Amino acid sequence: MESATTYIPMWLLAELTFACPVQCSYCSNPLELSASRKNELSTEEWIRVMRQARKLGAVQLGFSGGEPLVRADLEELVVEAKSLGYYINLITSSIGLTAEKITALKGAGLGHIQISFQGSNRESNKLLGGTDSFDHKVTMTKEVIKQELPLGLNFVLHRQNMHQVKEFLTMAQSLGAEFVELANCQYYGWGLHNREHLLPSQEQLVDAERVTNEFREQHKGDMDIFFVAPDYYDDRPKKCSNGWGSTFMTVNPEGEVLPCQAAKVIPGLEFPNVRDHELTDIWHKSDLFNRFRGTDWMTEPCKSCPEKEIDLGGCRCQALMLTGDATNADPVCSLSPHHDEVLRITQKAQRPYQEEDIRELVFRNPGNSKKIRAEKS
Amino acid sequence: MSEFSLETVSFKLNPRYQFQWEEAQQCHVLLYPEGLVKLSDSATAILQLCQQPTTTSRLLDELEKAFPGAEGLEDDVKEFLADAQKQVWIVEVRD
Repeated sequence: MESATTYIPMWLLAELTFACPVQCSYCSNPLELSASRKNELSTEEWIRVMRQARKLGAVQLGFSGGEPLVRADLEELVVEAKSLGYYINLITSSIGLTAEKITALKGAGLGHIQISFQGSNRESNKLLGGTDSFDHKVTMTKEVIKQELPLGLNFVLHRQNMHQVKEFLTMAQSLGAEFVELANCQYYGWGLHNREHLLPSQEQLVDAERVTNEFREQHKGDMDIFFVAPDYYDDRPKKCSNGWGSTFMTVNPEGEVLPCQAAKVIPGLEFPNVRDHELTDIWHKSDLFNRFRGTDWMTEPCKSCPEKEIDLGGCRCQALMLTGDATNADPVCSLSPHHDEVLRITQKAQRPYQEEDIRELVFRNPGNSKKIRAEKS
Repeated sequence: MSEFSLETVSFKLNPRYQFQWEEAQQCHVLLYPEGLVKLSDSATAILQLCQQPTTTSRLLDELEKAFPGAEGLEDDVKEFLADAQKQVWIVEVRD
């Protein structure tokens, strides 16, 4: 087995806050959102985290949330991160962004902005994101391009907007975007809660991929388009964040360190906090980061599988959510004895798309969070 | 966008890439949105000289001085530059 010291957390995802003006029903944040921001890490604490992670070899830094622009100290954090040698990515809804702020963040050392759209036009963006923000997103996209800051547009795909791929790509192209990500949402947190109304049918998926390929053919080289299909339709799982504890480290707003954004769903795991421990100890020595590292933890059919190094058994959270045991194979794998569960879920998604379905989505906001918490107890 | 003649035009490292030494990986890297490329020693030697505007012939002169007698240097450098141009690691410098 590879020794733990050879793993480098090249990616640090800093979830600065859970506060967010957008209410995406597919958000991967936990359902139980803190009602208050008083436990968020302070500026000094974040700087300490960034310094410790940089020492471990972290070099790509993502500021996300929630909406990272909610933090008044964002620019200060970018300055500090830049001086530490990070390449800094801002993952944002663009709400709270202004032309002046873009200039300031660029001057502070920001490398790249990713702006997400919830719908491909004003009305659906409002309906799916719960904010009337489409015009602002368009303005900010233009402004980022004008100020020559590398930009990616992110369009999270699901059952309710899968048919909008062409409209979105056309818009992105007309704005002059260089890079577009069409990422099917993943089923964690709020996304899992809303899965029934988010998982596309096979037909929708095939259509969206065809439209994307046609667009690529027609506009060769102008814009890079990256399409991410939902893994429920694959017959082999995806690695967990490039391998549990191998590359990624997420620090959540309250200082808990996670191997991936979703890991909090796994019961029986303790999440060490940067307020109590050094990141080096957390990364190298904690039970959490060692629990599913490499292949030693595997059970059958993964344990003796010739492909085990390729996908490392897939996603631990998905294994837990769909089979009840995080040490099982990710049931997306057709070799998993629980694969039927995935087939049952995708089978239910083969109904045709209906616009009214949108009313069934539970939006991510403190009110719904409270309601869900009450239902659970 | 990346179409310029490596024979006649000045070029430099694309300012959109961050080029630096990484202690943890013991190599130079090029950083870009959400990713990185680890660079070999020879790629590093070339890109280091591209931090200021340069030309293919000036680069070759400098590298021949730094690595006298290196075999096949010209071909290797030209091959690397062609690839770097395709990846947009280097961009044209307009006067």
